[in-house]
Amino acid sequence: MSQHYIPAWITVVVIPLANVAMAAFAAALVFWYLNINPLDALQAMVYGAFGSSYGWGYTLYYMTSYIFTGLAVAVVFQAGMFNIGGEGQAYIGALGVGLVCLGLGGHVPLIVLLPISIIAAFVFGGLWALIPAWLQATRGSHIVITTIMFNFIAASLMNYILINYLKPADTMSVESAVFDPSSWIPKMHEAFALVGISIDRSPLNLSMFWALFVAFAVWVFLWRTRWGYEVRAMGSNPSGARYGGISIPKTVIMIMVIGGGLAGFMALNVVQGEAHQIKLNLVNQIGFTGIAVALMGRNHPLGIVLASLLFGFLTQGGSELQFEYSVDARIVVVLQGLVILFSGALQNMMKHPIERLYLRLASQRKEPSEEHAAEA
Amino acid sequence: MDAFNSIILILDATLRNATPLIFAALAGMFSERSGIVNIALEGLILVSAFAGASAAYYTGSPWMGLLAGMMVSVMFAQLHAFATVTHNGDQVVSGLAINILAAGLTASVGNYWFKQGGNTPNLVSRADDLNARFEPIVLPFADALADVPIIGGLYSELLSGHYILVYLAFAAVPLCWFVLFRTKFGLRLRATGENPQAVDTTGISVTQVRYLALLVCGMLAGFAGVYLAVALTAQFSPNMSAGKGYMALAALIFGKWRPKTTMLACLLFGALQAIADRSQGAIILGFEVPVQLVEALPYILTVVLLGGFIGRAVAPKAIGKPYVKERA
Repeated sequence: MSQHYIPAWITVVVIPLANVAMAAFAAALVFWYLNINPLDALQAMVYGAFGSSYGWGYTLYYMTSYIFTGLAVAVVFQAGMFNIGGEGQAYIGALGVGLVCLGLGGHVPLIVLLPISIIAAFVFGGLWALIPAWLQATRGSHIVITTIMFNFIAASLMNYILINYLKPADTMSVESAVFDPSSWIPKMHEAFALVGISIDRSPLNLSMFWALFVAFAVWVFLWRTRWGYEVRAMGSNPSGARYGGISIPKTVIMIMVIGGGLAGFMALNVVQGEAHQIKLNLVNQIGFTGIAVALMGRNHPLGIVLASLLFGFLTQGGSELQFEYSVDARIVVVLQGLVILFSGALQNMMKHPIERLYLRLASQRKEPSEEHAAEA
Repeated sequence: MDAFNSIILILDATLRNATPLIFAALAGMFSERSGIVNIALEGLILVSAFAGASAAYYTGSPWMGLLAGMMVSVMFAQLHAFATVTHNGDQVVSGLAINILAAGLTASVGNYWFKQGGNTPNLVSRADDLNARFEPIVLPFADALADVPIIGGLYSELLSGHYILVYLAFAAVPLCWFVLFRTKFGLRLRATGENPQAVDTTGISVTQVRYLALLVCGMLAGFAGVYLAVALTAQFSPNMSAGKGYMALAALIFGKWRPKTTMLACLLFGALQAIADRSQGAIILGFEVPVQLVEALPYILTVVLLGGFIGRAVAPKAIGKPYVKERA
């Protein structure tokens, strides 16, 4: 029955690439319609994102956020569930980070404050995922719907807290006070300057290393620990997992809290690393982009780091397009949508034709040797 | 008398706010009753608002706007069907893709066409002699009765003077009930959402039923978007749907996937929005309720309902699962 065998490289490499190619083709059509030569646009985007240490800085800064929100979706996907609440979890995570920086900033050194703010980001983000998780685990409410609702509830809650508690009386805009500079996560250009390397100023800060470490830690957790095994077992076969003695409600709650916490980490990069204050709407769709990242990265930490780099490139390159072609910056959103459509919703469209093609080619190659065997 | 007037004003705003929710929630009902989760309502509202406003601007007619809005909304709804029914794609992922695509496409194409930062030009412009917006409808005798106490407020202020789409929304509720619960098509649609195998066994194509369901869904969502851009405001602006699609989804769940209760949920959510818009909060039983809580209440109530704490919301049984025909 060798003709039914599809090798892994087809599933892991060829089909995802074909999906991305479809998305790129559709994006090219959109660019063409907007009177932009797609190849010129690509060149401008590559230059804008990778042409200077300034461009790299922004690309990697966006990548850092996407790694966190992408992992937040992916770990929950591994358990067979959909965490669409990254938006709200990251927002509440920002509250945790902000409270720590506002309360302790200037009183303790960064080396003491940073672990506390990291924990706060995780705990606040995780707690925001806890209620939907608990409702799913014990009362069967669908997690997709509850996490969507919790995004909106988070937005209203943060609005309330910002206006009534965090906004300094003498400012008009809805945002918290600026944190004490001693609580800021150092920028990459500052860190590089210490060792004598000069790079351009950019929002990129040291939380990028935390993102890469967390991605590795998630891999260890999912593939090298018992809990990770339970999560993946539940994802591939819930009834089998239950029969094997895994508590489904406990696993649901555990993985959702971890997912929420990972989304909360995004605030380290955006709030403690760059904005240095809690702003209205600071998440700004990064949680949703995490879904695209997780889909493209096939829910694997390494894939997510690569997909985050791609989306960082799209975000930074796309904003360069705005200057270059006076096209609306939201063209990037179109690209994201196309990737989710072709790599996610329509992933089966290319799968069957490619598999059929492979099987036909494989059987053609095999036939002559079988004839030889028959002759002998 | 002041209290009466402000209640009338809030109820008046409730009808206006509830209209897009009703259209979108009914749209979602056709989709979800046939077994397809539809978080794409948000995107459908957005594309139809954009197409509606653009077409109304170019043709000068709100009705052409309505037609264009519905057509584009149907196209995107059929894309949802293509991904989820033909290719068995994940329904949530597909809905999300449509929402994100809609947000990006409307803004970038709008910016390319009109060069106004993604907005369409205003549909009412004296300089260009353009009036492509729906006109409010004054019911018979509304002017004559306006000064009569109580009745004048109720009839002339509250019931009269809305856009035709508002009346259509409330007319659509019994109509959708009839189609879903009293016709053969409705029976097949609901059966497909509960037990597609059984429907398939009787020789009816599950695929066809679901494509048709999403066709109706697209048409109804088109009304919601066009109402926002061509009636309520006379302009499209990026992301103007502002979560209404998700709120409609919440209303659909809160109304337990039934037309009348869903309409009541839309009215409740519309009233909460009207209260939030009018004041800095509300005073209930002596407590001052912050305006943000009033805004978040639709979502909180839906979560509470989903948790089974007030009644039980039971979704169509086959919802969210692609139907794969068994092959012998």
